[in-house]
Amino acid sequence: MTVETIDLDAAGVRALNRRLQGRDGPVAGGRFVVTNAKGRHALAVGLTEAMDVRIRGHVGYYCAGMNQKADVTVEGNAGTGVAENLMSGTVRVTGDASQSAGASGHGGLLVIEGSASARCGITMKGVDIVVGGSIGHMSAFMAQAGRLVVCGDAGAYLGDSIYEAELFVRGRVESLGADCVEKDMNGEDAARLDALLAEAGMAADAARFRRYGSARQLYNFRVDNAAAY
Amino acid sequence: MCGIVGLYLKNPALRPHLGRLFAPMMDEMTERGPDSAGFAVYREKGGRDEAKVTVCSMTPGYDWSCLAREAGEELGTEALAEPASNHAVLSASVDAAALRDWVEARHPELRVTSSGAALEIYKDIGLPADVLGRFGVAQMAGSHMIGHTRMATESAVTTEGAHPFNTGDDLCLVHNGSLSNHHRLRDWLRDRQGVRFQTDNDTEVAAGYLTWRIGEGASIAEALEAGIADLDGFYTFAVGTRDGFSVLRDPIACKPAVMAENDDWVAMASEFRALACLPDVEAASVWEPEPGKVYSWGGSA
Repeated sequence: MTVETIDLDAAGVRALNRRLQGRDGPVAGGRFVVTNAKGRHALAVGLTEAMDVRIRGHVGYYCAGMNQKADVTVEGNAGTGVAENLMSGTVRVTGDASQSAGASGHGGLLVIEGSASARCGITMKGVDIVVGGSIGHMSAFMAQAGRLVVCGDAGAYLGDSIYEAELFVRGRVESLGADCVEKDMNGEDAARLDALLAEAGMAADAARFRRYGSARQLYNFRVDNAAAY
Repeated sequence: MCGIVGLYLKNPALRPHLGRLFAPMMDEMTERGPDSAGFAVYREKGGRDEAKVTVCSMTPGYDWSCLAREAGEELGTEALAEPASNHAVLSASVDAAALRDWVEARHPELRVTSSGAALEIYKDIGLPADVLGRFGVAQMAGSHMIGHTRMATESAVTTEGAHPFNTGDDLCLVHNGSLSNHHRLRDWLRDRQGVRFQTDNDTEVAAGYLTWRIGEGASIAEALEAGIADLDGFYTFAVGTRDGFSVLRDPIACKPAVMAENDDWVAMASEFRALACLPDVEAASVWEPEPGKVYSWGGSA
């Protein structure tokens, strides 16, 4: 299949998104290369069809937001909020990601081959996020569903006010947030993690990860805490 | 919001092109701060031991040559005024503090934006592209530059409120964010430590704090380390000294910053797009500075 190249210096962001969103003609099954990203914001957002998009260079804020079905690869670093509200498909960043990567994602897979900074997976709702390096503070804050896998270290307050999501960390966790606790990891958990690491193309041994999740103590109002309100 | 940018040249061969490399960085940050802009340029005159102060006049057609003549006569030395738009650099072979004191005492109608041996600060209201053009930034040579594009949220759009701020010789600061303990800290620095302030701006207090720490013998990196404990609020700072450049983000890291470095230069900006115009940036090391970590380059850093 032919590859369609879109030069952002010539086309601009609006034309790129119009094309990738299928508003200029069919895109399902297509292959696209985007050049001259130059840190521009909101690249390849709102895609709804299965296609392959490769963005050359560092991107700005909110790249591949709201993605459905498409596979988007950033060959470089990503700014704030990459793959925010990801629904399905795969978003891969070959470099580092800034804060709020995968924020509020409902499904699909976000792979960050480098490190992610603060608030990675904040309020995630079902997305799987696999990070090759480390993540910053307040990651998985108020996480509701999905899995966050970190091959490096996690910053302070991991999983603060978490509802129901699984967090796997291979390295050191600086501190856990309110109501986030370490949990047992059985053979079935390790097998699921192995499958996810394989899907993400990350060479790591599931047995070396620790698993964290919700202590479920913040779910309901407790009369013992009434004085605090 | 606000945008900040900084460029420090490691390769002296690039110094004649500093302004040409820097101007598009600052212009790219227009959307983060369209109401006013300011920048600091470090350029040594070389040879003589000379001080310079940058002064700004609100009066069109101000007679700068008259000012230079008067300064020369009263300070007993030769003085030179080089105008650029509504600013001028007044230089003389005297102590920088003495030159600054003379301007402030004899010409209260002028505002001193900087003093030192290498530092010049220019700032004005308007779109960054207009401000850059007004001062001829693209033609400027030097070793490093720091800039700010302002979107005022807490105070009026005025030249005085624009960054960078300079409170001590050759030190300047730009800031994206807001400080919450600046009021008491300003009082303490002014009343107990004799630091002089020109405005009610929170960023000027951070600049004054660093000046005080350095005056106590700290390096710029040590002064910034201490600032993590003493300055309360949100900030990404870019700081210039006579031969150094530093960056610090607060530990919560709400305000963005991206750094890039290669053998020739090191640069920082609020967003990567402001660095995209730099030569060979795609091959440079590009990273997000960690919260609460001081990054410094240059001799006295």
